[in-house]
Amino acid sequence: MSALMCEGVRVSLGGMPVLNDVSLALQPGWTAIVGPNGVGKSTLLRVLAGLLPPAAGTVTLQGRPIAGWPARERAQRLAWLAQQGEARGELTVRDVVHLGRLPHLGLFTPPGPDDEAIVDAAMAATECSAWQHRQLHGLSGGERQRALIARALAVQAAVLLLDEPTTHLDPPHQVALVRLFQRLARTQRVVSVLHDLSLALQADRLVVMQHGRIAAEGAHDDPLVHAALESVFDHALRVQRVGARFLTLPNLDD
Amino acid sequence: MNGLALRLRRRLVVAMLVLTALLLVAGLAAGSEGWSLPSLWGPDAALIVGQIRAPRTLGAWLVGVLLGLAGAVAQGLFRNPLADPYLLGAASGATLAVVLGLAAQALAGHYISLGTADLLSRAGLVLGAFVGALGGVLLTLLLSRGAQHTTRLLLAGVVVGVVLGAASDLVTTVAPDALRGKQWFMLGSTSFLGWDSVLLLGAGALVCVPLAWRLARALDALTLGIDSALSLGLDLSKLRLVLVVVLALATGLAVAQSGLIAFVGLVAPHLVRRFAPSAQGYLLVVSALMGGTLLLAADVLARLLIAPQELPVGVLTALLGGGYLLWLLHRRGIE
Repeated sequence: MSALMCEGVRVSLGGMPVLNDVSLALQPGWTAIVGPNGVGKSTLLRVLAGLLPPAAGTVTLQGRPIAGWPARERAQRLAWLAQQGEARGELTVRDVVHLGRLPHLGLFTPPGPDDEAIVDAAMAATECSAWQHRQLHGLSGGERQRALIARALAVQAAVLLLDEPTTHLDPPHQVALVRLFQRLARTQRVVSVLHDLSLALQADRLVVMQHGRIAAEGAHDDPLVHAALESVFDHALRVQRVGARFLTLPNLDD
Repeated sequence: MNGLALRLRRRLVVAMLVLTALLLVAGLAAGSEGWSLPSLWGPDAALIVGQIRAPRTLGAWLVGVLLGLAGAVAQGLFRNPLADPYLLGAASGATLAVVLGLAAQALAGHYISLGTADLLSRAGLVLGAFVGALGGVLLTLLLSRGAQHTTRLLLAGVVVGVVLGAASDLVTTVAPDALRGKQWFMLGSTSFLGWDSVLLLGAGALVCVPLAWRLARALDALTLGIDSALSLGLDLSKLRLVLVVVLALATGLAVAQSGLIAFVGLVAPHLVRRFAPSAQGYLLVVSALMGGTLLLAADVLARLLIAPQELPVGVLTALLGGGYLLWLLHRRGIE
């Protein structure tokens, strides 16, 4: 049984259907969710995180309905990163990453040496240790994103749900993040919504969405997935093999 | 923690403690005839200092502590630096209760002796203001159907403020005798604070400050957004409710004892953020200290500026607080 799965999920937002009969069982490794704007990728991630109850269908975490999990126990198993991370207040990067330990510590237990070590490791993984004492709202978009990813890593959850984690990142940090996900995917399930399709093709599996449904799902080298990818983007791109990897190129031919 | 940030935070606390100690002495020495240190050990010291100035000075500090804390809680809870302790209907509820009490007093004055009416009035108004403040917040909670949604809570607070304010105006139209008392209440004053007030305010601060401090990490998580806070396993509905109760209790106690003192709750957290930016745990506690220092300073000034007359302390805090915010706006505009 998959650690996290949903079946027959329907969601409407503001009276408009966003997800329509979506079923997905997350496989081990790194899964990238892709598709054009407005097809329900972020909504699906919020539903999987237990943040948005579906109008119909079920979401189960380790075989139990997600709504039945005590909030803290669910949070220990599922880490979630928002699409546009807010940064109000005066928290420093280290303060923010420390919040990742909340599901384990609760509000009243102070962090111990183990928690400090986990926080240090999470910041090192996203290369934000050097400016850990700077305030979040004073950082660039990319720096802030790396701090927020470190916060999600510090949860040490079995499933990481990340909504557009490469937003604002420069190419070297996008590549570093891909390598990090590939490393994490050996022990955790990583699910990320991605707009950069070449980065998405480095994941183990792809979920291609269109019109609130899953159009295709499979391994990153599956030709059917590639065909679906080209189709949902109106053939504005081509999937091409470059060496051992698949990348997308803009389709500029008539 | 960064060494510089830690030093800034320590320095601010030390500066406030020193300033508070000096202001406490100033508060004991400041009377209707102006500044007089010898009055601290004169023949009437036990009466004037012990029974009048000491409880007033300590009481003013405690009112400021509660307002500073309530302001920091409100700004964290609503994730808005312009939130103040009176947002949820505490001020309008307390004002309506006081106006009703004053109208009833005017009516009762026709039937009972003036002294009895005054005594009943003093005890009744304090209790009434407290109940009114809590009632205003409760009404807001009822209208917003709990504390799950901050926007709904804010809107309900605005509605309660407007409606209860209109009700107060209606009462004063029918019973004009209550108008002067209402005006005094709305200007705020520390001159009625006695040892009973100090005990009540102190007990309130001892409950509210540690409780808010314990919940500070929830406010930290809220700075990342509501979904992020929920994804960290926080029960936001319950936490918001507890924080609203802390806010109502701190504001209700302060308002009941000293009337509506403006700007202390709004400005205290701003000053702390300006001098020593920090996470909510420090911000809450030090905003409380800052609120105490500010109100104590305003109280001493209010007694001395036009002695032997006395300025309503709320007028002074409004002028100073408003001036500070204007300066802040001007500065932000330049930046």
